[in-house]
Amino acid sequence: MAAAEGSGVGGAAKPLFAGLSDVSISEDIPVEGEITVPVGSQSPDEDYSTLDEPVRDTIMRDLKAVGKKFVHVMYPKKSSALLRDWDLWGPLVLCVSLALMLQDGSADSKDDGGPQFAEVFVIIWFGAVVITLNSKLLGGTISFFQSLCVLGYCVLPLTVAMLVCRLVLLAGSGTVSFIVRLIVVIAMFGWSTLASTAFLADSQPPNRKALVVYPIFLFYFVISWMILTFTPQ
Amino acid sequence: MAASDELRFPEFEEAAELLAAAPGATTASASERPSHTALDVGPGYEEAEPGEDADNAELLGGQKQKQPRSFWTFEYYQAFFDVDTHQVLDRIKGSVTPLPGRNFVRHHLRNNPDLYGPFWICATLVFALAISGNLSHLPEKRASPSFHYSPQFHKVTIAATVVYCYAWLVPLALWGYLRWRQGSGARAGTYSFLETVCVYGYSLFAYIPAAVLWLIPAAWLQWLLLAVAALLSASVLALTFWPLVRADGRAAALALLAAVVALHALLAVCCKLYFFQRPPSAGPAPSPLHATLGTEPHRSRAPQHFANLSQAASSRQ
Repeated sequence: MAAAEGSGVGGAAKPLFAGLSDVSISEDIPVEGEITVPVGSQSPDEDYSTLDEPVRDTIMRDLKAVGKKFVHVMYPKKSSALLRDWDLWGPLVLCVSLALMLQDGSADSKDDGGPQFAEVFVIIWFGAVVITLNSKLLGGTISFFQSLCVLGYCVLPLTVAMLVCRLVLLAGSGTVSFIVRLIVVIAMFGWSTLASTAFLADSQPPNRKALVVYPIFLFYFVISWMILTFTPQ
Repeated sequence: MAASDELRFPEFEEAAELLAAAPGATTASASERPSHTALDVGPGYEEAEPGEDADNAELLGGQKQKQPRSFWTFEYYQAFFDVDTHQVLDRIKGSVTPLPGRNFVRHHLRNNPDLYGPFWICATLVFALAISGNLSHLPEKRASPSFHYSPQFHKVTIAATVVYCYAWLVPLALWGYLRWRQGSGARAGTYSFLETVCVYGYSLFAYIPAAVLWLIPAAWLQWLLLAVAALLSASVLALTFWPLVRADGRAAALALLAAVVALHALLAVCCKLYFFQRPPSAGPAPSPLHATLGTEPHRSRAPQHFANLSQAASSRQ
């Protein structure tokens, strides 16, 4: 059709693209070569470089990442490093250590005592999942595991509070120790809530921030309650 | 030319007729029906895709468009959390102020029921009951010499079961009953299941400050608080459901409302009696602030304070 149009316009005898059908690659034109695309080195390829390194390097890299996140939690600034490279090792370690430290709480009977290991574990993980679902349902832009990562890492101040409480309880369990424990737990609870809010609040729509912050507040409040009411036998 | 006929743009006679019939109509795109462009809809229109013909007819009145999404997608549930902070606060305020002219569902929910309020109010109530129930044992146990505090964590599980069962099963039963009455020919209206759950969830808010204030160990105050909270929230419930069953005949309507109010009050009474049990040797205890201090025996002030009070209690009884 195009040929017909071309011939109608130009009036020349030769159609425009008539020669195309006759093109063939002759044998003596080499049609081979190398195509090298320069590989961008913005993100180093993991599989490429980490297979041959010593095991110590592999472990230390993960440990350093976890340690860096701990530092981020203790000094919460608005950095996105915590959010970008999420991992759940830190939350797991914190949750297990908190649950272990809450063991052998006082118990007249088996039922009457503090939370069991499984209860602490379930409360922390199930609570974090529910809060994450809540923030996503309200229109948050953070991803599921990023939010779990932040909530889990921000349990760090409360774990420190638990450690301090156990040490204080070794010294005695009177009024002074209770007041000290109360102050420490309240301070760490405020720290946890502020740290997690600093990381999570930006990803929420502005008119729903309070709706997202309140469940986080409740979550850390319950954990603080479990820590404060821990009384050894 | 014959070849160029294939290239000529074929005129659509149908469109030409329509244009001739209504010269002022604007045509947006080929997939929309011409009647679509005449609709002037409310703020929900911006979310509508052009292909959704079935729902566009209901958009008059500015109501939110409920697209029939699949039950298994995430967006289906996102529709239940479409509230802002001020809306939630407004609904909470509305749940404790029973005004005769205001129906909670029509006035506050306005066809936008949410699950955020019921879920988190129930969670707060669970922990409020468990924690303040635990705290209330402190001053009472303090008076006895064999004091031993225990966190009693299993009560959280019990509280959670009771509150969440109440907040889901009772609305289910009520909604089922109203549907049945509607189906069997009575002129009763009905709300959707989600609206019923929403009303019940928000009405439980009145019990949260009551649970916290039950720490004050005066028995008359506790019962007064219970009565006030139960009355406020039960009357909001009654005012919400009254317009539905009003047409049903006086006896049936009153029986239903009595059942709703009775269940609500029963929940409050059971929670109070279970979580705030009075030990056998009850007596007016000191304020919780004193009681949460430690049990060091060498503090001279505290045992004397308790001794005075227990003497006063025994003399009063």
